[in-house]
Amino acid sequence: MSLFNFWKKEENNLFDENITIEETRFVVLDTETTGFDYDNDRILCIGALVLQNGIINVQESFEVYLEQEHYDKSTAQIHGILKDLLVKRPTELEALQQFLDFLGDSIIIAHHTIFDVTMINRALERNRLPQLQNKTLDTAYLYKKTLIQSHLFERKDHYTLDDLADKFDISKKDRHTALGDAYITAIAFLKIVKKLREKKAVNLNQIFKY
Amino acid sequence: MKNTISQRVADFLKGYPPFNFLHQKDLEKLSEQISIIYKEKDSVIFAENDKTHDSFYVVHKGAVALKKSTKNTVLDMCDEGDIFGLRPLLAQENYIMEAVAHEESILYAIPIAVFKPYALENRNVGNFLIESYASNTRNPYSDIHKDKLYGDDQLNENLHSSNHSFDLAPIKYSKKIVTCSPSTTVKDIAKIMNKKKVGAILIVDEMLPIGILTDKDLRNKIVTGDFPITTTAETIMTKPVITYPKKMTVTEAQMAMMKSNISHLCLTKDGTVNTKAVGILSKHDVMVALGNNPAVLIKALKRTKKIKEIKPIRNQIMQLLQGYLDQNIPMTLITKIITELNEACTTRVIEICIEKMSSPPPVKFAWLALGSQGRGEQMLHTDQDNAIVYENVNEVFRDETRIYFLKFAGLVNKGLFEIGYDYCPADMMASSPKWCMSLVDWKAQVHHWITNPGKNEVLLSFIFFDYSMTYGDSDIVNELSDAIFEYVKANPIFYMHLVSGALQSPSPTGFFRQFLVEQDGANKDSFDIKRRALMPLTDAARLLTLSHSVKGISNTAERFEKLAELEPNNRELYLSCSYSFKALLKFRTKQGLLHHDSGQFIELESLTKMEKIKLKRTFKTIKELQELISVRFNISNLV
Repeated sequence: MSLFNFWKKEENNLFDENITIEETRFVVLDTETTGFDYDNDRILCIGALVLQNGIINVQESFEVYLEQEHYDKSTAQIHGILKDLLVKRPTELEALQQFLDFLGDSIIIAHHTIFDVTMINRALERNRLPQLQNKTLDTAYLYKKTLIQSHLFERKDHYTLDDLADKFDISKKDRHTALGDAYITAIAFLKIVKKLREKKAVNLNQIFKY
Repeated sequence: MKNTISQRVADFLKGYPPFNFLHQKDLEKLSEQISIIYKEKDSVIFAENDKTHDSFYVVHKGAVALKKSTKNTVLDMCDEGDIFGLRPLLAQENYIMEAVAHEESILYAIPIAVFKPYALENRNVGNFLIESYASNTRNPYSDIHKDKLYGDDQLNENLHSSNHSFDLAPIKYSKKIVTCSPSTTVKDIAKIMNKKKVGAILIVDEMLPIGILTDKDLRNKIVTGDFPITTTAETIMTKPVITYPKKMTVTEAQMAMMKSNISHLCLTKDGTVNTKAVGILSKHDVMVALGNNPAVLIKALKRTKKIKEIKPIRNQIMQLLQGYLDQNIPMTLITKIITELNEACTTRVIEICIEKMSSPPPVKFAWLALGSQGRGEQMLHTDQDNAIVYENVNEVFRDETRIYFLKFAGLVNKGLFEIGYDYCPADMMASSPKWCMSLVDWKAQVHHWITNPGKNEVLLSFIFFDYSMTYGDSDIVNELSDAIFEYVKANPIFYMHLVSGALQSPSPTGFFRQFLVEQDGANKDSFDIKRRALMPLTDAARLLTLSHSVKGISNTAERFEKLAELEPNNRELYLSCSYSFKALLKFRTKQGLLHHDSGQFIELESLTKMEKIKLKRTFKTIKELQELISVRFNISNLV
């Protein structure tokens, strides 16, 4: 080891420094669930789309409504999914398998990612499937990094998808449908990357370090 | 497969031709096969002579400029719902223009293979495409004709004459004709004209124009008492109407008006009185077409009814600014005019938003512009910094009033965003509760800043103390200003913080007199003219005027001029500060227009030797000024 390297901070890079955000395949996803309880609530719908090089191909999007026994009337007014909705609905297992095929080893982007990923992981567990190993990014977290840091301005702890849509002027027409929210998240992600780049050049590796 | 996103796409497309001719089912099918593309500002979608892509594009959000790279002139600006890059696909030739994202944009890419069958099958779609190329307008059915009507066909001709021949351009006329029947009374007519804000009304009989009444007629015939206000239109109207065909150039229209000594022309389908009226052309329209002129723009602003209509006027203001800079008009004059126009835009947004609220404002209020906008130094599109101060209210109505103004400010902030002012990243906007307060709360806030000056408090007061009122009640603002001076006088220690604030901006040159450039980020290796050159001057001017208790001047250059008057022994330095500031501001504005951004960062390589020397000369002044401040306020005792 040369003397100079000795002084360098040890770096543990996730990705090769040359990989750009543009060439990376991201899957932006959102789930609609019967509630917020990881143990008792169930996924009603998974919406996901592929984002690569700033392009979203409509044909390459994923939207599946799941067959579920558990149903909570009180959340129905948010997502608008009724129990007997006339859409062909696969079982949870079928839906998960379709989703895993779609996802591949892409990087997951979501808003409050931890919730969606945990919901999916619990469902995988129930169906005796292995947990997701994909790397994840969270627009709720990244958005905060675009704001000026000063203790004088109260930054909210949580920025909702609505907040982001307002700030970035994205139509909220399909709010609270899984794929509609995924679309808003995708556009928000692109705008966040642009904002971060204004301060500092960003590649794939660096965006994970924020 | 039909899904939420394809639905969203279809919903958007169905509002614009030719997609509105498609059956819902076909449109949904088409929408399933498109791609949504995000483009950052200034990124190229296709370049001249590129092989054609397999898709053409529709602008969903933002704007795309079509350019000819050799001339670097924008030939066409596409915004929401406009199609571009289709013709080369149909003609099977390479792109003859370059398409660049003028703003951050979202595009829909529609594969030609998918779209072509519809163009061939659906006659309406086919006709639309043929007509739009034949008439050289992108959208022949559009209500508003675009500035540049020339499409690809006339392109080659036009490129030969590089000077803009506005005179021969087809004129844009108002298609919303205000009409009435011959039996309408003059009183009702005046009401209609007032409501529609027009200066002339057409009297029609079975759609055919039979007469015209203008403001002048009302003045000459009714107000004089010659006719009662119950007179019917047919009695006093001017007839027959002088009619012209709708395809007129600006010059023709001007000559027609002069020839008959009239201010309004009636355009009919074939140019005779025997066909339907299709439009009215006023002197105002001719003035607008003749180019930009502040008075015309202000008038056009007053006529806007929706925030969306203000945006194109803002673009015209930018063109005007470019023109002024090209003609080397004194910077003082330019800043005044442009600031005035920008303020008029903001005022109009505020007025429209007041109408949008369900009730009028409960108490008097003032809309304040802060920071550079408040100093009247903001000419380009930059961030919003604003605040609301409203009259003190009784405890009982406190919450209600606060909620009203917050909601109102939210509308205004959104409106300003729509016309091109970005949201403030630090949320220093009237819609944030901290920047929307009653007079008594503001006084308490300012008092807190002045009596507890930490680094942030000083920074906030820097931004806040440069306010100017854009709209509302000036008494409230005056009261606040008086309070500020009183607090500052009572707390001399606050000066010290202002002083260190004014001196903390980094010096523009390094040890070897080279420019100090940015080390990282998107602006690596460029010179930050705002932070390193403009801010030290602004901060110093604020401090010095505050110490002289000068009220009501917030423009930096004007502040220095005032200082020169107050301190004759430092007159020369202050005047050179004022001059330097204007020179730097001009520099920044030119750079901003060139790169279509805020002009904050300057690429040194793009400057000529002469420009670099000019820039450096201003730095010397900055240095001298900073020395004066540190001596006067005895900064060495502080640090």
